[in-house]
Amino acid sequence: MSTDELPEHPDRLWNSPEPKSSYDVVIVGGGGHGLATAYYLAKNHGITDIAVLEKGWLAGGNMARNTTIIRSNYLWDESAGIYEHSLKLWEGLEEDLGYPILFSQRGVLNLAHSMQDVRESVRRVNANRLNGVDAEWLGPEEVKEVCPIVNVSPDVRYPVLGATYQPRAGIAKHDYVAWGFARAAAAMGVDLIEHCEVTGIDVVDGRVRAVQTTGGRIAAGKVALCAAGHSSVVGRMAGVELPVQSHPLQALVSELLEPVHPTVVMSNAVHVYVSQAHKGELVMGAGIDAYTSYRQRGAFHIIEQQMAAALELFPVFARAHVLRTWGGVVDVSPDASPVVGLTPVDELYVNCGWGTGGFKATPGVGWCYAHTIAHGEPHPLNAAFSLERFTTGALVDEHGAAAVAH
Amino acid sequence: MLLIPCPWCGPRDEAEFHYGGQAHVAYPDDPAALSDTEWARYLFFRDNPKGPFAERWNHTAACRRWFNVVRDTATNEIHAVYRTGETRPVSA
Ligand SMILES: Cc1cc2nc3c(=O)[nH]c(=O)nc-3n(C[C@H](O)[C@H](O)[C@H](O)COP(=O)(O)OP(=O)(O)OC[C@H]3O[C@@H](n4cnc5c(N)ncnc54)[C@H](O)[C@@H]3O)c2cc1C
Ligand SMILES: [Zn+2]
Repeated sequence: MSTDELPEHPDRLWNSPEPKSSYDVVIVGGGGHGLATAYYLAKNHGITDIAVLEKGWLAGGNMARNTTIIRSNYLWDESAGIYEHSLKLWEGLEEDLGYPILFSQRGVLNLAHSMQDVRESVRRVNANRLNGVDAEWLGPEEVKEVCPIVNVSPDVRYPVLGATYQPRAGIAKHDYVAWGFARAAAAMGVDLIEHCEVTGIDVVDGRVRAVQTTGGRIAAGKVALCAAGHSSVVGRMAGVELPVQSHPLQALVSELLEPVHPTVVMSNAVHVYVSQAHKGELVMGAGIDAYTSYRQRGAFHIIEQQMAAALELFPVFARAHVLRTWGGVVDVSPDASPVVGLTPVDELYVNCGWGTGGFKATPGVGWCYAHTIAHGEPHPLNAAFSLERFTTGALVDEHGAAAVAH
Repeated sequence: MLLIPCPWCGPRDEAEFHYGGQAHVAYPDDPAALSDTEWARYLFFRDNPKGPFAERWNHTAACRRWFNVVRDTATNEIHAVYRTGETRPVSA
């Protein structure tokens, strides 16, 4: 798709009202998850007295910093459940929101570089199929058919021994996704309030009552956290400790190139993920920086490693120039799965721990989290992702299928 | 990239080090006495402050020794470096 085919936007997508002194539901964080949650609360549950409070600008956090990879080929039943629910929503989202999001189901290849990788990948393909998720195992030559620029020579340090392939996976234009949800939520009466930082959470007798913000106190029947990298900071305001660590995660794009890369290629082993954006940039992501940090910037050696890996896999990129690099702050959980559900504080809900991979979940988690908030109990698809699992030991250990990957 | 002052080797690039997470997390004195909630806290919960944080680093590419660093996670500024077994400097 060329640039002149990109859709035009209306002048204004949402109003910027002054916050009221009280709402039924206050959502902390105006990223994709906060906006999708507001949208489904209004649409599926008829709750429209909602404020989404964002300390910066809508989608200025990880929502428009990610590499936009969408897939549902996770290993465990619980993960397949929520990510596949999300993928199904992605498939109808443009029509549902009445807004272009450029969802492109160009497929994703997850490469295997060792016998261990091969065995785990084949196991995941089988698990996916049992869960009704489309998945295939491809040998090196078949990988080359799907993506001709991948180097499948056996003479490299980490040769491509094959890949899992999910044809329904793909990418979407992340800022349009946020704007689409924002516009549709605002049209149903949701107040989207930017430049309003939550600085405190009032809890009385074990129940949440209000949030303190840079724009004053706002009373709330329910408070829903959607603060991604800052989950620990906002959780602490209510005395809730969360099992997550905040890390920088970087990405980069090249200059615009002719279409050369028809799908999405990910490699956990050599740590690089590549797709080509609609406009033509190569979009690349890597692993997190090792240390915890709230700085939206990481170290240069991570970029060097990711470029080295990309070059070995795609020798054709040798002359591409890096146009810009940036970072986000992601909250990583011990089992590489999110935490979505209730907290020890009544009417305070948490959505965090999506780490490096929560963009793909945007509609799915918005849907389930809205149900959780509206009913005061988890939707069946997010019940397993409770905070209690760290005490009961019922972890959803997705390291093999998620780890640093998106 | 962080410039980390190893207490033995002096300031070196972050790429020479391995990160070890929060410092001063002691193994439980009496493991059998812990409740499930206490085990959960010991295993899965670490401080994640936006501000000064005491953490461990190993100088893997040189002296291979562990030591502690107080770093501000909001700015990445390093306030103090001290050897394992020493107490965290009060001012940091
Ligand atoms: C470089 C990078 C690449 C990634 N690639 C992928 C990918 O390819 N596929 C994928 O599925 N996922 C990917 N992710 C992860 C994905 O972006 C996140 O998991 C997801 O965006 C998190 O949910 P969110 O959109 O609501 O978060 P965010 O967009 O970060 O929203 C949280 C919002 O909360 C706001 N906030 C924080 N504290 C406060 C406060 N006190 N008061 C008010 N507002 C507050 C923040 O400003 C922010 O806007 C990537 C992330 C990064 C950084
Ligand atoms: Zn040293």
